[in-house]
Amino acid sequence: MRPLKFLLIKEFKQIFRNRTLLPLIFVMPLVQLLIMPLAADYEVKNINISIIDNDHSTFSRELSAKISASQYFRLIKSDQSFKAAYEKIESNEADLILEIPQDFEKNIFRTGSQQVFIAVNAINGTKASLGGSYLSSIIKDFSESIRPEINFSTPISVLKRIELTAINWFNPYLNYKVFMVPAILVILVTMVGAYMCGLNIVKEKEVGTIEQINVSPIKKHHYILGKLIPFLIIGLIVFSIGFFIISWGVYGIVPQGSLLLLYGYLALFLVAILGFGLLISTYSETQQQAMSVSFFFMMVFILMSGLFTSIDAMPAWAKVIAYTNPVTYFIEVMRMVVLKGSTFQHITQHIVIMLGFALLFNVWAILSYRKTS
Amino acid sequence: MKQFFIFVRKEFLHVFRDNKTLLMLFGLPIAQIVLFGFALTNEIKDSNIVICDYAQDNASRQLIDKIAASNNFIVKEQMIDQQQIESVFQEGDVKLVIVFPNGFERDLLHDNRAQLQVIADASDPNTASTLTGYINSITTDFQQHLNQMTTMQPVVAAEIRMLYNPELKGATNFVPGVMALVLLLVCVLMTSVSIVREKEKGTMEILLVSPMNPLTVIIAKAIPYFFLSLINLTVILLMSVFLLDMPMNGSLLLLYLVSSILILCALSLGLLISNVTETQQAAMLISLMAMLLPTVLFSGFMFPLENMPVALQVIANVVPSKWYYIIVKSIMIKGVGFLSIWKETLVLSGMTIFLLLVSFQKFKIRLQ
Repeated sequence: MRPLKFLLIKEFKQIFRNRTLLPLIFVMPLVQLLIMPLAADYEVKNINISIIDNDHSTFSRELSAKISASQYFRLIKSDQSFKAAYEKIESNEADLILEIPQDFEKNIFRTGSQQVFIAVNAINGTKASLGGSYLSSIIKDFSESIRPEINFSTPISVLKRIELTAINWFNPYLNYKVFMVPAILVILVTMVGAYMCGLNIVKEKEVGTIEQINVSPIKKHHYILGKLIPFLIIGLIVFSIGFFIISWGVYGIVPQGSLLLLYGYLALFLVAILGFGLLISTYSETQQQAMSVSFFFMMVFILMSGLFTSIDAMPAWAKVIAYTNPVTYFIEVMRMVVLKGSTFQHITQHIVIMLGFALLFNVWAILSYRKTS
Repeated sequence: MKQFFIFVRKEFLHVFRDNKTLLMLFGLPIAQIVLFGFALTNEIKDSNIVICDYAQDNASRQLIDKIAASNNFIVKEQMIDQQQIESVFQEGDVKLVIVFPNGFERDLLHDNRAQLQVIADASDPNTASTLTGYINSITTDFQQHLNQMTTMQPVVAAEIRMLYNPELKGATNFVPGVMALVLLLVCVLMTSVSIVREKEKGTMEILLVSPMNPLTVIIAKAIPYFFLSLINLTVILLMSVFLLDMPMNGSLLLLYLVSSILILCALSLGLLISNVTETQQAAMLISLMAMLLPTVLFSGFMFPLENMPVALQVIANVVPSKWYYIIVKSIMIKGVGFLSIWKETLVLSGMTIFLLLVSFQKFKIRLQ
């Protein structure tokens, strides 16, 4: 164990002497954690709408007022013609056009029904379909509200009704940040851990100091452990700062589950992901190589982790990738333990799988690290 | 001039000899297009839900069948009480629990109103509200069917036309984003790291004392990455047009021209970073901070810009990829000409010239 102690002293000295890297390791993740949840807001609101009112009647004005009163839409200056409004769409000033035809009110009274025209800028598919359906539901509401004015046939009271009580557990105000912050923290810890640890060994290769280690009596697993432990500690510190100061302090996310369980899983995850970093570094000769390889995997890990999009909706082959990705499991555990208060029994499967990853990566890394070249 | 080409050749050799890096550089855009195009979707479907039917009558049966017929849900029927619901959510798979209270049909027939309880795991708020919305529209349909209201015509009907992207495909949104991301990645990250590597190894000293003009040494370094980016751009375009059926309505020449401006912009940013850093690790971290994050956050392809706090929207204006993203979307999808995008192009060119001037200014001939 003595060689390990000296290796650790060496590693910590090297890390703390690096004045450019040290602040980056600690400050960058925290700044990201502050900014990203503010930006990562999928709720669609502030849709710019241009209304062409060719009728100028009471009904058409009521409909326009109803739309601009909605929190989703922002009425930009009304246009006189469809052509003028279309130009606004081309220049990105408007997302939606609503055209109310001439004799709108007259036709409603005469025939009992009338069409309006909606054109949506659908380049952003999600926004377009949501915007279109918000607008349709406002029009539907409006349509129901004027029905009594034009025919008196159906009394409302005899209609059968199913009353839906929707209850939202764990996050009653549907705050999206509550969902994102713990997961973003996972990504940041992953990046710090895997990158820093992976690059560290390659740097020794590139500078040539690894030769000195290779000719010393240091055992392979001592060397790997000596690289692993410092970054495990850094990962724990970065996580703690992000968790207690930003997530709890700034965003007010109070963990529901056991902190011990969370930190236990974090340590396991760090061992796995650092092992992955080590693995990349044993196969790379230059830092540039290690960097681009880990960037590639990091990108796949992040996109396929269920961070932004639901894994349930993925096709089968993509689900396979998602579930061979250690980041997926830690994000799930974070969300389960922090937001829902899941206990040890609920995440046993996650623990077993992560244990498997940790063993696989580290054993592989130790086996593939050769003292001779 | 001949010397210059020898240097360019040296840099090309550096790049081509590093097989793993090269593989990753070309693999990255392909993987991104495949993942974004076929694996990731904002749709919510195949969600596990539990239906807890205390009524066990005709009406509840009918409604459950209707819910099970929708492909948004994978329905499991199970009798559970309040306490167990919490535990079901904590295990993580189930997203929604629907409870039919006792006497559902009786209430519906006699009192004309029945209760239905929908409990959602709102730790994922988007899924929760979408699923609740699905259930809501299924029950509304069911209710209209009960009231024989299907024949009732709406007073005001809306005819919706989706412009540019009638099938509402996600590709139109992310392909321009992936283009910006890959171009910046190759140019900023790779350029800055490969210059700093020569500093770290000490070979920079040799290059600087050679009779070559130091600036040409640096320019020679940038040229392979310029070409790699153009190849990547072509691969992305081919894949998105032939694999994802993305339209290419505008001028290809214009697109390549604007992309070249972005590449220049990224190269000068990479040069600037290499001037102010001493180690590859620092260069890499700063590149990731200055390039990757702003591109992902502020170009508008992952997160809608208009939802962000005003301060962040202002910051987004200094991010080159935001402007590039707007231009690419306009050219590829709307098919507009230069006249509609000259403002954005001007901003992008201005940024490029500014970064180029600053990085030349900062360029030091002496190492220490």
